[in-house]
Amino acid sequence: MNFSEVFKQSNQLCKVSPNGKYLATCVQYRLVVRDVSTLQILQLYTCLDQISHMEWSSDSLFVLCAMYKRGLVQVWSLEQPDWHCKIDEGSIGLVSSRWSPDGRHILNTTEFHLRVTVWSLRTKAVSYIKYPKACQKGIDFSRDGCYLALAERRDCKDYISVFVCDDWHLLRHFETETQDLAGLEWSPNGCVLAVWDSCLEYKVLLYSLDGRLLSTYSAYEWSLGVKTVSWSPSSQFLAIGSYDEKVRILNHITWRKIVQFEHPATIDNTKATVYKEVERRPAVPSDELLLHNITMGSTLFNTQSKYEICELPVQIPLVKPEPDRANPKIGVSVLAFSSDSRYLATKNDNMATAVWVWDVQKMSLEAVLEQTSAVRCFQWDPQHPRLALCTGNSKLYLWSPGGCVSVQVPAEGGFQVQSLMWHCSGNSLILLGKEQLCLCYMETEQEEQ
Amino acid sequence: MPEVPLVKDVRRSSVECRTPPLRQFSLPSLLLHRSPHTLRAFCTEQNVQECLSHINQEVSSLGLPPVWSELDSSSELNNVSVLNCMYDLIQLHHRSLRTLENMEVEQIKLSSNVDYLKLTTGHLKEQLELSKRENTGLLERERQLQLKVKSLQNCLKNEKEEVQKLQSIISSRASQYNHDMKRKEREFNKLKERLNQLLADKKERKQAIDVLNNMGRADGKRSLWKTEKTKAKHEGEMYKTLLCDYDSRQRELVLENAELKKVLHQMKKEIAATLRLRKLSLKGEKPDLGGTQAASEEEEEEMFDSSKESVELNCVHAREKLTNSIRLQWRKLKSHVERLDSQVFLTQAGESTNGDAVPRETHEEEMERLKLEIQQCKDFIQTQQQLLQQQLSSPCDEDAATLLNDGYMLQEKVRLRDEWKILEEQRKIFEKERKNFTEAAIRLSHERKIFEEDRATWLKHQFLTDETKVSSLLAPEKLIDCHLDAASSTPDVSLTSPSVADLQHKLSLIPENRSTKPKRQSEDTNDLCGNDHLQDKQWTDSEDLSSHSLTQEKNCTI
Repeated sequence: MNFSEVFKQSNQLCKVSPNGKYLATCVQYRLVVRDVSTLQILQLYTCLDQISHMEWSSDSLFVLCAMYKRGLVQVWSLEQPDWHCKIDEGSIGLVSSRWSPDGRHILNTTEFHLRVTVWSLRTKAVSYIKYPKACQKGIDFSRDGCYLALAERRDCKDYISVFVCDDWHLLRHFETETQDLAGLEWSPNGCVLAVWDSCLEYKVLLYSLDGRLLSTYSAYEWSLGVKTVSWSPSSQFLAIGSYDEKVRILNHITWRKIVQFEHPATIDNTKATVYKEVERRPAVPSDELLLHNITMGSTLFNTQSKYEICELPVQIPLVKPEPDRANPKIGVSVLAFSSDSRYLATKNDNMATAVWVWDVQKMSLEAVLEQTSAVRCFQWDPQHPRLALCTGNSKLYLWSPGGCVSVQVPAEGGFQVQSLMWHCSGNSLILLGKEQLCLCYMETEQEEQ
Repeated sequence: MPEVPLVKDVRRSSVECRTPPLRQFSLPSLLLHRSPHTLRAFCTEQNVQECLSHINQEVSSLGLPPVWSELDSSSELNNVSVLNCMYDLIQLHHRSLRTLENMEVEQIKLSSNVDYLKLTTGHLKEQLELSKRENTGLLERERQLQLKVKSLQNCLKNEKEEVQKLQSIISSRASQYNHDMKRKEREFNKLKERLNQLLADKKERKQAIDVLNNMGRADGKRSLWKTEKTKAKHEGEMYKTLLCDYDSRQRELVLENAELKKVLHQMKKEIAATLRLRKLSLKGEKPDLGGTQAASEEEEEEMFDSSKESVELNCVHAREKLTNSIRLQWRKLKSHVERLDSQVFLTQAGESTNGDAVPRETHEEEMERLKLEIQQCKDFIQTQQQLLQQQLSSPCDEDAATLLNDGYMLQEKVRLRDEWKILEEQRKIFEKERKNFTEAAIRLSHERKIFEEDRATWLKHQFLTDETKVSSLLAPEKLIDCHLDAASSTPDVSLTSPSVADLQHKLSLIPENRSTKPKRQSEDTNDLCGNDHLQDKQWTDSEDLSSHSLTQEKNCTI
């Protein structure tokens, strides 16, 4: 594993282009585009204000930079650095901005979710979509880029509008049977739309592309409900994570629950491997060593850690959330399927230091990774069944079916890995710190334990 | 006589009260004892004295004054004393009667008391029983009530827990509602502020887009107007995607179904086969035969059906039939296996019944058969081995074959000998020729040397003679060429040196050829006929060449 040098970035804005060749990062009000393999700066653009959001267009030719405070969106071209485009939302304000799948339209959501403005970069035409809903995930493009599903709220009722992205023609508009729609997501094959209600009611609705209600699923009443929903890449399974610390998986044929994964505090009676991160504190240094360490960039604070396999039963540290707070830190909040749909990684919020990996084929627990501090971010490799995770310290953790490894990020002054993302080829990882970023190239897999 | 009735009474009462003293008497007095009518027998004129003394005894024993004393000489009785005695006796008798009456009364009283007590004890026992039963009944009720109390307590606990859970749910929902409400209120306030701001703001910043130049479509096509056709096209595309998805899913499911059906068929066949085998092996179990026969009939029916089933893929009926038949056969197999298990258990326990003997016998038979087979195979292998040994070890066992072999061998030997001879002769010839050729080569080299010397002198001569002529450098060459043309066998005339080189090469080659050839010959002697002709040809060729070169040289020297 090779690590690149550390670069500056701000606001955790760092994205790889869809074709995998370029890396765009934001440093305050500048947009820096680098080549992924050499990390040389190819282009440098200056925006009018601090960039709040940055996104690549689908053809990797343009980059969108949104400045929410000023209500501006600037688009830069990679091929023609002189080309410029500026969208000013005016007094109506800007809350979010995104590309359309064809890379020629920009959808801006105005402040207070008054409307969604669709700007065409081809014709400078504007279209408006009224009454968009402000919720966890109110807008989603299908994976093939043909359709847009938008959640709307009119007269205290939830609706969904399906648009054809080609010419923004309204294909379907139907009411949903939700109390308060919290989110919607297209299945990877683009034929089914999963819609879920807010946490006050456990309800997951499945609509077909033409607006027919296929099925409703509700696991229980009254207690807090759905926290997160995720489709498997093969569209065969829909995983629902809820506040009762369980994950329920529905199958795409009958839309009924086929299995329920629980996250108990005491793990017993499974064939899963429990990896526990064990830190090895360095020996107390003598005076000479201290000086030496300081000159070497202070590896004194970098404790070595490795994974140990624990014998069952294992106790996972629990943190009980405050009972009277809203949105309690309990329940499964993150679900991620691996790219081959073989594994599912979950995180239970009241056991924040543990990541659970489930084998979807066998429908059983495969591994549990217990870290020393709360897991901040984890992501699957887009090509191989490999999970990378970080916990806010200077280490990178990798899990694969063969084993688990903990790698120290070699950076001066300590690099706290706050989040990470994989390159689309699966050959490298981008690690984001607070103000820094670093690339990790996977060459040969070193697997321990 | 007045004494008689008294005596009668006495007798009667004495019969009732006391019997022992009368035994002292003789037989006649005993007889008298029996009935009061024979009273006279006790006292007769003969035994008056005895009777008197006896009566005296009796009276004195009763505590009365004696009736008669022997001191009185008169034989007559003292009437007074007798009367007194009688009176006393009567009094005694009355007294005793009275006591008897009293005792009877007492006895009656006591017996009635006893009855009464018996009755009361009976009553009391019943009461005791009753009260015992009541007690047990009450204990039972108490126990039941306690159980009920426990269950009610549990219910209460559960209800309390549920209430608590519901309360917590309510509280979390309430906190969620409050949170949402606060969020909405904050947003509302922001909205109000913004509205105020906008109303107050004089200039309104309008929305605008500023693009340097219009971009083309990402896919390069031209954009279309929004018309009904496009709408319909979009609808069509949408339905196409859906249909494709359903299609692919249906295909997958059909494949899966086909596979599962295949598996079921296979299972059915295998189960049927195992059942049939079992049927054959266990002939003793007659009641089952009927069942298995029926099953086999069913199986045959289903065998025919299976061909139909493969055609009717979606027929629910066929599917049900298949699954039912599999279930039936599986149940049979299971029952069979259970029976076998039980049998095995019994045999292990040591019991021997008819049912047990059969499988054991068959088992033993099988063992015997297998052993026999093994023995046969072993024998077979042994015989084969023996035959093989014979074949290999002593070939003279079969005369004809050995003779033939010998004949063949001799023939071969003779042939080889002849060929050896030929080869030897050839070798000698080759040796001779080699010698000749080496001599020739030596001669040739000598001649060549002479030729060279001649050439050199001739050249010198020419050079000296042609000095007067103003000639280019080419002239001597030309001349040399002309002169050497005749000498050269090859047509290329360009340079002297190549032709000379060629000549030299040929000359040098020829002795080499000659020298290599004998070697080759020596190698080839081992080969049988065939190569001789080739070698002869080579020799002839080389001879030609050598003769040719000799003639050339001859030409040159001229």
